[in-house]
Amino acid sequence: MPARGWRLPRIEPASLAPFAALAFLVVIGTLLNARFLAPDNIANVVTRASFIAVIGIGATFVIAAGGLDLSVGSMSAFIGGSAILLANASAAHGFDAALAVGALVAIGGGALCGLANGLVITVGRLEAFIVTLGSMGIFRALTTYLAQGGSLSLTPDDLQDLVRPVYFGTVLGVPVPVLVFVALGAVAWVLLNRTPFGRHVVAIGANEEVARFSSVAIGRVRTITYVIQGACVGIATILYVPRLSSVTPTSGLLWELQAITAVVIGGTSLRGGNGRIWGTIAGALVLESVANIMVLSNIVSEYLIGAVQGAIIIVAMLVQRSLRRN
Amino acid sequence: MSRGQAARVALGTGAGAVLAADGLGKSYVGVPVLSEVSLSVHPGELRAVLGENGAGKSTLMKLLSGHLQPDHGRVLLDGEPVRFANPMQAEALGIVLVHQEQLLAEQLTVAENLFLGRELRRGLLLDRTRMHALAAERLEALGCHADPAAAVARLSIAERQMVQIARALLVPRRVVILDEPTAVLTPHEVEALFRAVLALKQAGVALLYISHRLAEVAMIADHVTVLRDGRLVVSRPALGLGELEMARLMVGRDMSTLFPPKPPAPVTPEAPALQVRRARVPGHVVEASFSLQRTEILGFGGLVGAGRTELFEGLIGLRPAQVEQVMVHGETLAHRSPRAALRAGIAYLTEDRKGRGLLLRQPLATNLTLVAPFQRFGLLDAAREHAAMGQARHDFDIRAGRFSALAGQLSGGNQQKLMLAKTMLSHPRILVIDEPTRGIDIGTKAQIYRFIAALAASGTSIVVISSEMQELIGLCHRVLVMRHGHIVAELEGDAMTEDAIVVHATGVGERAA
Repeated sequence: MPARGWRLPRIEPASLAPFAALAFLVVIGTLLNARFLAPDNIANVVTRASFIAVIGIGATFVIAAGGLDLSVGSMSAFIGGSAILLANASAAHGFDAALAVGALVAIGGGALCGLANGLVITVGRLEAFIVTLGSMGIFRALTTYLAQGGSLSLTPDDLQDLVRPVYFGTVLGVPVPVLVFVALGAVAWVLLNRTPFGRHVVAIGANEEVARFSSVAIGRVRTITYVIQGACVGIATILYVPRLSSVTPTSGLLWELQAITAVVIGGTSLRGGNGRIWGTIAGALVLESVANIMVLSNIVSEYLIGAVQGAIIIVAMLVQRSLRRN
Repeated sequence: MSRGQAARVALGTGAGAVLAADGLGKSYVGVPVLSEVSLSVHPGELRAVLGENGAGKSTLMKLLSGHLQPDHGRVLLDGEPVRFANPMQAEALGIVLVHQEQLLAEQLTVAENLFLGRELRRGLLLDRTRMHALAAERLEALGCHADPAAAVARLSIAERQMVQIARALLVPRRVVILDEPTAVLTPHEVEALFRAVLALKQAGVALLYISHRLAEVAMIADHVTVLRDGRLVVSRPALGLGELEMARLMVGRDMSTLFPPKPPAPVTPEAPALQVRRARVPGHVVEASFSLQRTEILGFGGLVGAGRTELFEGLIGLRPAQVEQVMVHGETLAHRSPRAALRAGIAYLTEDRKGRGLLLRQPLATNLTLVAPFQRFGLLDAAREHAAMGQARHDFDIRAGRFSALAGQLSGGNQQKLMLAKTMLSHPRILVIDEPTRGIDIGTKAQIYRFIAALAASGTSIVVISSEMQELIGLCHRVLVMRHGHIVAELEGDAMTEDAIVVHATGVGERAA
């Protein structure tokens, strides 16, 4: 037996599929409209994909452990609204304070929302689907309530200008949101693939009974996946709010569909038991590329973007199934 | 047909055989698992197929029943070559394989499972009355008293096995292939199954029968075919073939020492390793108190469903239980959870390797270290993991083709050894092994017995839960027998006999004994 051979991870065809799909889309996009490859358009696509990429990274943990979180879109609107209100309130103590409060509320609030989801699911022994369907409604209504049906904006305007670079800024020509999701992806990959916690996440998703009989602290591990999901939603919200400097009751609509789609395109099984962080990021890019291609070309109305993205998750599931069968 | 007649027919050229294999060969990814195997089975004959794990028994049976297609050779039905593209074609011609694995829809009822895909109708509606009556009748014939209206999820493993057999026999068959049908059955249920098998023989059905239980084979087989490493070793009448001889043929060496010498019985020290007072597990254990001495091998006998597994699952917090007191090496165990048990040095090896023991789609090393993955600065330590896996392969003789193999690709025996290695990695002081050799070939069995004896000799206190009485007698210092949620007997020394265990486990003839 070669001493080292066994350590090389076997590359499964399924793990390459999302990147192949992305490359295919780039070719198609370029053929349909040469502007697709223009640097500013590519930067635009990748930047816009960052929200779903970041939320998808969190969703990869939840789904790898055999869970599901449908509340991420409305959670983002809720913690975005809360962060804006509290940042506005603390602007009197200086903009630094306002920014710190806003960021802390977004990430901490996201983690708390995730903790609530996770505890109800694990302690209450309820289906993740039902719990997060419920909290999805709760977070959405709370946002509407906070905004009193209208919108919540950062005030004063100077504060808006101050946060713009978080979304629109670049470092060495790379948009800030892209740096964020690449860095977060690297950390998440290590956490999922190279730590005991990550191994337990996958074990729970693969077979919860085996994990239980192996003395894995199932409740704790599963709850933490929802906390990670919540914190990722917080980070995505920090990237999202500076774009328009406001949150409305419809912010983050259908993000749960897109995040789950990105995860599935990425090759993570919806049944759990594996997680592919970079696949998820590729999945987010696939979704945004499709939307961009639809805008740039006139083949299909861009009003149908949601329908196309919805169709993509179904196709991705079919592909996953056929790859598994072979 | 008597044994003598069957023998004469089979020793001919296979004429009159209903089903025959003619030089069958099969390879997986270039590795031959079966080569040049021929055998035949006649109406009313039972042919046992023996072999260690990996000998090719299951592959042969799958070739004969259409689950696999041969690379070489032919399958003959009534002397004519046939090719089955799938199991349905074989079933249409009257050949059915009863799988070793349990393939039932757990949420559906017994009757619904029995008739799945063959539902009886009255007009457009299901004829539930007739299906229930017929289901009860067929199960009764197998000695199984499961309620046709009960969900399969609520049945014991043995009852599920009976449902599966009943399902295969629902329509008349010409050839019935049984793969390890008695692996999960208690002696009582085995008897009922044998009566059903006998009835099939008398009705002219040809039977192929895979089993590891050589005593049973000696009892019911007309003919025996032994496979080793994918090749046919011998095909001969069963008459005059003893258990040890069968074992020797299977393994290719002398098997007279299946059990290692017992380590010296423990001298009762100041405090027992484990002392349990008044354990109750709702629905399974009414009340049980016992103690396990240090370095003792303590057996738990009884029928499936007597509450043995549930008692220990309750003790270590895998299911709700009330226990007055659990003392581990003289100290009270305050909390009952899998983690608390782990900290107290108690490890439990489940009887359900595939469902609860191993992550089948994960690599061996991941499974080995799952309880407490090796880490360094918070990251997984691949080097130590690799070293531990190498050590485990050496210590427990885990035979895997590749280091990167998945747990699900190992044979049952190697899976069991991997589980044992996984458990020993946490250095338990008390080891509870539930059905240590279920569905495992005799060579590996002997190996696992040696491991258990060696662990006890090196200071581990061990509980063995087993439905195989020989195993309890050959391995344990002392045996406790459970029946209906009670510990009803304690047997030691010469009192540990199969008869005594059966009497106490069933309650039959207790007064006479």
